[in-house]
Amino acid sequence: MSTESSISLTLKQPSKRTFLDFIKQQPLGFIGLVLIVIMFTCAIFAPQVAPYNPEDIDFEASPALGGGEPSWEHLLGGDAFGRDILSRLIYGARTALSIGFFSAMLGCTLGAIIGTTSAYFGGKVDLIIQRLIDLMLSFPIVVLAIVVIAIFPKTVVAGIDVNVIIAIAIPFTPKVARVIRAQALTLVTLPYIDAAKAAGFSSKRIIFRHLIPNVSAPFLIMLTAFIGQAILLEASLSYLGLGVVEPTPSWGLMLSGVNSDYYRTAPWMIIYPGVAVSIAVFSFNLLGDSLRDWLDPKLKL
Amino acid sequence: MLKYALKRILLMFPTLIAVAVIVFLVLRVVPGDIVELKLTAEGGEVTLEQIEEEKTRLGLNDPMHIQFYKYMTGIPRGDLGISLWTERPVADEISARIGLSFELAILSTILAVLIAFPLGTLSALFRGTGLDYVIRIITIGGIAVPSFWLGMLLIMLVLSFGKLPPLGTVSLFVDPLTNFNQMIWPAISVGYRYTSVVARILRSSILEVLSEDYIRTARAKGLFERVVIVKHGMRNALLPTITVIGLEFAFLLGGLVVTESVFNLNGIGKLFIDSVVRNDLNLLQGLVLTVATSFVFVNLIVDLCYAALDPRIRYQS
Repeated sequence: MSTESSISLTLKQPSKRTFLDFIKQQPLGFIGLVLIVIMFTCAIFAPQVAPYNPEDIDFEASPALGGGEPSWEHLLGGDAFGRDILSRLIYGARTALSIGFFSAMLGCTLGAIIGTTSAYFGGKVDLIIQRLIDLMLSFPIVVLAIVVIAIFPKTVVAGIDVNVIIAIAIPFTPKVARVIRAQALTLVTLPYIDAAKAAGFSSKRIIFRHLIPNVSAPFLIMLTAFIGQAILLEASLSYLGLGVVEPTPSWGLMLSGVNSDYYRTAPWMIIYPGVAVSIAVFSFNLLGDSLRDWLDPKLKL
Repeated sequence: MLKYALKRILLMFPTLIAVAVIVFLVLRVVPGDIVELKLTAEGGEVTLEQIEEEKTRLGLNDPMHIQFYKYMTGIPRGDLGISLWTERPVADEISARIGLSFELAILSTILAVLIAFPLGTLSALFRGTGLDYVIRIITIGGIAVPSFWLGMLLIMLVLSFGKLPPLGTVSLFVDPLTNFNQMIWPAISVGYRYTSVVARILRSSILEVLSEDYIRTARAKGLFERVVIVKHGMRNALLPTITVIGLEFAFLLGGLVVTESVFNLNGIGKLFIDSVVRNDLNLLQGLVLTVATSFVFVNLIVDLCYAALDPRIRYQS
């Protein structure tokens, strides 16, 4: 890149960059976005898109009874109970995307509040919060999620597993809090915060109205990346039997309990749910990566 | 260096104590009752008195501060209490299985480092070319593909060659070849993600280092490009990469929790799930402590490597 163009880049206001620029500069991110839109559409219109009801049983299509190969009737084959795999995948997208979105949103929001609060108050508050964050970060995500699952009793509200969402959100919170705090630390030194303090605004108002809106770029980047990670985590937890439970269609659940019989006789039962998880996570990662390159290349996640 | 190392080691203790206290506090709020689960699992009617009796026998009815005292004083002696389910000492349960998980972790680390270094370096040096794009897509894939599913695909692959993966693990010291044959598949399935993470950080840190002034100086004084890249570039790019290798090594247990289930390996990960499903508080507590302790130790090793590689860190603190 020539010096001239880099100067013009720094002078350019971010708001002037349009969606078209994003497509041109980040083609991979755009591909991710398209895939995400397709998945959301499928999830929302699942009853219209899916060829069958995900809970309908067709004994002809059960590998346990010797059938179920992918055919024109069942494009991706049938599972052990003779349920249509394609339909279950489409309905499974509802579970994956809703749990993924809500848990990433919860984790990022909590993280943003904790991170900005920590930076705003500084001193002892900051020190204690930082130590707690370090402590939480010393556990692998899956381990932390499973411990939370063990602590929270199973609660389902409107068909959504709240305890699973909390279990997935909590491991992300310290990560977000750390990144947001680092960003907020520079914000706190800016004159407009002093001005807000001088105007007598409450700490709560300054944090929510003046600090949090200014960390929206890292927030958005992390939200996108963590939706992908949350989908992966949901699949892992459900696979282990600790996440959502039957009969909710879930990609991880479709892989769980697939015993060695089906490795040989019905590989489609194993291949397609995993492909679905991979594509979903892949798309969010692509978009998240590109958003970071575009909005804030120096951000370290 | 010695002074730095000593200081760093002393700093570990407050962290470990804090972890122990928090683990105790957090796990005391776990609902669900192992005693009821255990007694009903054996079948038949269970009276309330029986449950209370069993609880008293297991020490669950002791006042909180006594339980806390027992727990905290037990830790330095390596006494983590007894598993509420099997009634064997938690320390024994864990040490019986930790070897397997540790071996798996080492094997996948070796695999990851061997593959990630060429991938990351090539990707950085050929930035923006087709090769870079291919490597980047492979490594983004590594973060997207669930390790347990990759494990299932590998099992399918092995089966399609008509070879049954040998069941039941053979110790490394009894039959290294069979052991390797069993461990390599789970190691690949956890190692793919590991490789990707390391390759990505290596790529971005090489790119960052190569834009530094001292690289331009090295080039300007006419050094061979190879010397510039290896001696001036790689050495500095290595620092963040070592951190990530250490972090991921400490976090491998997360991947193992799921992968061990797929390959039916009797390691720490499986024990962890069992302890949650059975509400075995003491075992869960012991396992969480083990995870945290191993993280603290790996962190120590990383910091010491850092200090050895970079004199600035030794003198700063």
